[in-house]
Amino acid sequence: MNENDPNDLNAPVPFMQELLDNPFLLLFLGVMIPMVVYSLWGVIDILTIPVAK
Amino acid sequence: MSTTYRTCPRSGLQFELQAERLMLANAVAAVVFLLVGGILAVGVVLTRWPAVHWLSADAFYMVLTAHGIDMLIFWIIFFEMAVLYFCSSTLLRCRIATPRMAWLGFALMLIGAVTNNIAVFRGSSSVMMTSYVPMMAEPAFYLGLILFAVGALIGCFVFLGTLVVAKREKTYQGSIPLVTFGAVTATIIAVFTITSGAIILIPTFLMSVGIVKEVDPLVYRTIWWAFGHSSQQINVAAHISIWYAIAAICFGAKPMSERVSRGAFLLYILFLQLASAHHLLADPGMSTEWKVVNTSYFMYFAVLASMIHGLTIPGAIEVAQREKGYTKGLFEWLRKAPWGNPVFSGMFISLIGFGFLGGISGVMMGTEQLNMLIHNTIYVPGHFHATVVVGTTLSFMALTYFLIPVLFKREMINPGLAKLQPYMFGLSMYFFCLVMMGAGTLGVARRHWDMTMGGSPLAYEFPGAAYLMMGLVGIAGIAAILGGAIYIYITVGSLLWGKKLEPGVQTTQTIPLPKTPMPNVVIQSHGSSGFAAPGTFALAMVFLVSFVLYYFINWKYLSQVWGLS
Repeated sequence: MNENDPNDLNAPVPFMQELLDNPFLLLFLGVMIPMVVYSLWGVIDILTIPVAK
Repeated sequence: MSTTYRTCPRSGLQFELQAERLMLANAVAAVVFLLVGGILAVGVVLTRWPAVHWLSADAFYMVLTAHGIDMLIFWIIFFEMAVLYFCSSTLLRCRIATPRMAWLGFALMLIGAVTNNIAVFRGSSSVMMTSYVPMMAEPAFYLGLILFAVGALIGCFVFLGTLVVAKREKTYQGSIPLVTFGAVTATIIAVFTITSGAIILIPTFLMSVGIVKEVDPLVYRTIWWAFGHSSQQINVAAHISIWYAIAAICFGAKPMSERVSRGAFLLYILFLQLASAHHLLADPGMSTEWKVVNTSYFMYFAVLASMIHGLTIPGAIEVAQREKGYTKGLFEWLRKAPWGNPVFSGMFISLIGFGFLGGISGVMMGTEQLNMLIHNTIYVPGHFHATVVVGTTLSFMALTYFLIPVLFKREMINPGLAKLQPYMFGLSMYFFCLVMMGAGTLGVARRHWDMTMGGSPLAYEFPGAAYLMMGLVGIAGIAAILGGAIYIYITVGSLLWGKKLEPGVQTTQTIPLPKTPMPNVVIQSHGSSGFAAPGTFALAMVFLVSFVLYYFINWKYLSQVWGLS
């Protein structure tokens, strides 16, 4: 049994493959990352613009 | 749940009854909106052609609004729904999850799209696709978009549910096929996109009916672009999945490294949506850190993924062709490709145009300093016509030619004309995008009815080259519209008048996919030197040189904007 042999159907599934085989975990990551890095951070930037005096 | 499965005698694909009907309904709705959007495109190009300048300002803005929404949202997302059902139910050989919910989703999308169109054509919602507040449209404009978005979201969850059905009923083992994985990527981006649309369009709708007092314009722009630009990233994931599918259909090509291709799709899932930020590079409210992280560091991961797909797909085709004996020189595999088959030619013209025109210009635009050269000029539509029209629309057209006998069970009418169509549409769009980007580099505004802005204090005398290029935009645009009209004629004509074909054997039980290991043939059998596909390697070098040259030419332009010495 060899983890690196793609022809061995009984080989243990590598971690990355497990990640790629889980669409709901990918959905969580694919929504959370842009929501935080783009949307949330962007809105915080706008809301923290100092008010003109 | 009892259902029937049909095995297509021409392709061996197995279609479940409900999924097949949903695919047909979504594909037909998509083509209807393409037809409407295409007719509207005549008005847009004949008005922006300075010597013709056809429509009045009011009519132009109404037509441009409808053209943008019908093409960028309705045509594309209806077709993508058909692709999602194909990639789940058909490729995984399983029944579709909750078909009634899927039909509800389709009905909401259709009602939403029609409602939005009616609002626009009534003439008081000419707010462009972006509909920036405080410019207000009729409530029905926003309501239509919201209904459409909810319907599409239901479709996304039906797709995810179908994956669960396939896994539970063991219609496949191991990992889902790469093409289905690409569709998963498109779905995930779609969920983010549609959620963002709902977050900003619902309060804007409430503002239009007087319940909410104000929506902050900067916040609107930020969240709207998470919807507006990411909706085009759904397309990228979808059309790249189609490229992989067509490479397999036409050549029996297997990915050069399936792991690398899946890794590239993962980069899309994590980073592709962040490219939305390039629309806000001139906005005053966002910090430099936000702009740089979103448009440079993180976006480059997505660019890397696109380059991987752009190399591995022709590479896979080259390997398949070389195995068939086309080994002479660097490019015999490409010369001997089936250029008369519109499924292949459409896909390959799409791939090259998407990479060279859409990809390189996208990276240029995503660089904060360079973006200032072309921000809000007609360069931007030049870029996105290269990605969405050359990339996505042409891929969808190519796939349609495969689906006419397989899904629609009709013989294609006028195959001679179908052979020409991808060339006419694709190559005229190449030229259209190039001259648009040229005019944008000279500063021609993105949406303005009159490029001279005559009679206003902002009137500006453009060089003659700008007028020439806008005239060429008109000519190339008309040629592309004719190419699109041929596609609609062949598609609709085949459905109406094409000879009916044998539907194939019907059964009540699915035949599961055979258990196969992760295909990884090329790199394993040829080593990892990358020279299993030397022709593709040479093309990649041409691409990189073009990329570098174009990038530095724009830095040179930038250095000339302000005379410092």
